[in-house]
Amino acid sequence: MFGTSITWGDISFMLSGAGLTLAITFWAMLGGTLAGLVFGVIRAQSPWYVNYPLGTVLDVLRSVPLLIQFILFNSFQSIIGLNMNPFVVGCAVLAAYTAAFCTEIVRGGILSVPTTTRRAARSLGLTYWQDLREIVLPLGTRVMLPSWIGLTLGVMKDTALVYAIGVIELLRSSQIIITRKPHEALVILAIAGLMYFIVSFPVSRLGAHLERKWREND
Amino acid sequence: MFDINYTFHWNQAFRALPDMLAGAWITLQIAVLSMVIGIIVGVVLALAKQSRFVAARGFATTWIEIARNTPALFQVYMIYFGIPAVLQLVASWFDIDFRAMGINIFYLDSYWAVLVGIAFNNAGYLAETFRGGLRAVPDTQTRAARSLGFGPFDAFRLIVLPQMFRAVFHPMTNQMVWAILMTSVGIFVGLNIDLTGVTQELNARTFRTFEFFALAAAIYYVIAKIVTSGARLIAWRLFRY
Repeated sequence: MFGTSITWGDISFMLSGAGLTLAITFWAMLGGTLAGLVFGVIRAQSPWYVNYPLGTVLDVLRSVPLLIQFILFNSFQSIIGLNMNPFVVGCAVLAAYTAAFCTEIVRGGILSVPTTTRRAARSLGLTYWQDLREIVLPLGTRVMLPSWIGLTLGVMKDTALVYAIGVIELLRSSQIIITRKPHEALVILAIAGLMYFIVSFPVSRLGAHLERKWREND
Repeated sequence: MFDINYTFHWNQAFRALPDMLAGAWITLQIAVLSMVIGIIVGVVLALAKQSRFVAARGFATTWIEIARNTPALFQVYMIYFGIPAVLQLVASWFDIDFRAMGINIFYLDSYWAVLVGIAFNNAGYLAETFRGGLRAVPDTQTRAARSLGFGPFDAFRLIVLPQMFRAVFHPMTNQMVWAILMTSVGIFVGLNIDLTGVTQELNARTFRTFEFFALAAAIYYVIAKIVTSGARLIAWRLFRY
């Protein structure tokens, strides 16, 4: 192929790695977003004795390198004898990490809805949950969605670090091929980079577009 | 389940604390250097992106989009594996014998690979931040400066730039913390002198993975906190007016 020693086998190996990258991203985002929604609502309205400990835990998750978190959780789960497979460990740690960021996004979204709007909703007879679902969610989404898209892309790029616990995702698979064909390093990496780019670029453009479009209407 | 046949040896980890703090110093060094490079290149890229010249715009856009749309680890790899590969290719085209010149083109020191890779990443992210910051400085400021007799460069350097940095100070702090955390990917290119690298070496010798990495995590957290609170202090001192 193009006068190189890279075979279609190598490419399909990398594509399966890319599939794993997307799978980890999906599960981490799913878990992280659900947890983030719950924690975000709690963070937005709780007194300090709930907010402070929760905030600290989430802050730790954000201030320790993800790589260290992977290794730490992996060794911890083997110490207590859970014998989880690396894929699950990767998804779990990444989901917790995502939740830490998502919480702040959700909290920001909720706090962006003016108190007067919420009070108006309540005085019109909406219950607490109705207010949250019918008023805060639609209005907050305009603030939250662009950042959430950014977070998704960030998480997708961070999946590269699950390499540390032995999951063969896109970057790890290309690194394996590089060790076999070191003289093709540049081409292999370029292909891997292109794969990330193809997924990431359109989505980031969509996020930027939504942000611009929604700001116009404000 | 949950039968713990494991004795924690925290003493061993604490005895290694001086080594790990030395590693933390290297980590901080890489992060600060990569930030300094990133800020300088970032300003240039932000300006290039608004340039009249298509080539300058294209160059800046390519840099920014690659930096923002691929993993930091990929960028470090690209430097670590890519630069020697490019050099070899160039050498084979022009029949240059680098080895006769005493340059080993098959190997790039991992310290430099991490530093350059993260600086590349920082520059891309900061360029976008700076672009937003530049937009926050009204055009009238430049015009006022020019009419007071400042040259175009001086007007930018002395009037626009300080105001821009004020607007982007908080995102820059975040980027600094990011840079510190990103240095941990050095482990994948064999960097063994930074905090993660030192920890990994200790781990390989003793297999006390949990203890050592927990201590490393604590050190990273403390560094991140010192940086953010330090930045808050500086912001308070600088932006009082």
